Amino acid sequence: MILDPFQRLGRTGLDFLERLGRGHLFLLQVLAGTPGLLLRPRLVIAQLYSVGVLTLLIILVSGLFVGMVLGLQGYNTLSDFGAEESLGVAVALALVRELGPVVTALLFAGRAGSALTAEIGLMKATEQLSGMEMMAVDPMKRVMAPRFLAGFLSMPLLAAIFSAVGVYGGFFVGVGLLGVDEGAYWSQMQANVDLQDDIYNGVIKSVVFGLVAAWIAVFEGYDAVPTSVGVSRATTRTVVHTALAVLGLDFVLTALMFGD
Amino acid sequence: MVDERLKTSRIDRDAVVEIRGLHFARGERPIFDGIDLDIVRGSITAIMGPSGTGKTTLLKLIGGQLHPDSGSIVVDGEQVPELGVGALYQLRQRMGMMFQSGALLTDLDVFDNVAFPIREHTKLPEALVRDLVLMKLQAVGLRGAAGLMPNELSGGMARRVAMARAIALDPMMVMYDEPFTGQDPISMGIVVKLIRELNDALGLTGIVVSHDVRETAAIADYIYLLSGGKVVDQGTPDSLWESASRWSQQFLNGEPDGPVAFHYPAMDYREDLIGGGSA
Repeated sequence: MILDPFQRLGRTGLDFLERLGRGHLFLLQVLAGTPGLLLRPRLVIAQLYSVGVLTLLIILVSGLFVGMVLGLQGYNTLSDFGAEESLGVAVALALVRELGPVVTALLFAGRAGSALTAEIGLMKATEQLSGMEMMAVDPMKRVMAPRFLAGFLSMPLLAAIFSAVGVYGGFFVGVGLLGVDEGAYWSQMQANVDLQDDIYNGVIKSVVFGLVAAWIAVFEGYDAVPTSVGVSRATTRTVVHTALAVLGLDFVLTALMFGD
Repeated sequence: MVDERLKTSRIDRDAVVEIRGLHFARGERPIFDGIDLDIVRGSITAIMGPSGTGKTTLLKLIGGQLHPDSGSIVVDGEQVPELGVGALYQLRQRMGMMFQSGALLTDLDVFDNVAFPIREHTKLPEALVRDLVLMKLQAVGLRGAAGLMPNELSGGMARRVAMARAIALDPMMVMYDEPFTGQDPISMGIVVKLIRELNDALGLTGIVVSHDVRETAAIADYIYLLSGGKVVDQGTPDSLWESASRWSQQFLNGEPDGPVAFHYPAMDYREDLIGGGSA
């Protein structure tokens, strides 16, 4: 009786490790299925549309508003020091280094990741994946790999679009509404945003987040308990796990990239 | 109990599927406890038994989707549990399977569902694919429904589409998982007729898993009755109706009580009422 909590803790730990192992094996199987997609690009293009293009609207709108808020908050803070001319560089660095990859990954998990999990989970619940296997069609190659690859490719592009739109959002507020000099906004940005340190590192972050978000979304769908409750829980797990993984990884990557 | 004469003569014939000493458990719960059975080429063999006896699991074991704990499953001369992925997928191209739910791909219409295995496994020109698909749909009476989506089909129609898809690659064997469950009489009659006629016309071998006694007995050449992880009886439909087995009689006649008890095991009723046992 007294050992029950320890047993439960041990079981939970073992379950977690088992699932982690299963997830990694799944990723290897999916990666092994991706080279074959070179011969069947249509499968990936169809998924790029549903995963990437259909996520574009929420990215554009969110990017614009995040940029506008950054412009407003940045102006209020910088104007205290008479440094409102630096608004452009502040907005750009915040977006390119942090908010672009992170917020895009969170939005991606909410819009595309959850949809991927639900779709694959329902395919499992309605025996479509099992049916494919019996038709000698490997679901890893036919279903998982195109969706994973589309998510992985979409994320960095969406993050780049988010940052670009955000920069314009900051411009509208800072230059258009608050009177910051237009030349200073762009020139400071051009002078202080470094291709290597800022842009490339931001891209690396979005690539890593894309891998993690697509992996979690596809795995959770494939691993879902094939019932309506199981699919519902898997969809929730996709959003929660992606958010936690992205925020945790963001700290690690930021420490590696920018911590001296 | 078991018709030894039929059993022996059956084994002597050309078997597409040979199962020997099959053991399979889910966790601690044994599903099969040493099953032997043969599916003869060109015949329709029914696997029957109450719900939860592992009939669908048996189809998954034959198709290599599950691995047995021990025993052998030979399909068309190949030991299924020992096959690598490539060889297993080659073998599956010679099998068709009709799932209980139909398992149609919900983002494809009827035509594309039937065309799916053909497009995946052949490089036939699209004009030929179209002709093949229309022929398969004509065989199940649904050529006119080629443009419908799965959510626009009735349950019976979905199973007929699944049947057309199962025979799309002209397999040697088709497995039907509960093909009659939840069907109205007309749909059920159509499915019964199609299974028998397609089997005879295309020279298929059919395995029907079902607990619908009359429909299955009407088309099966041979029946295995499963219960408690074992083959409890087997024979032709006629021989089973006359079987001396109490279990077979209870199952085939749908009797509510018998070897399979009506009451779930419980403590003594009187004692439970008077003694106020914990319910």
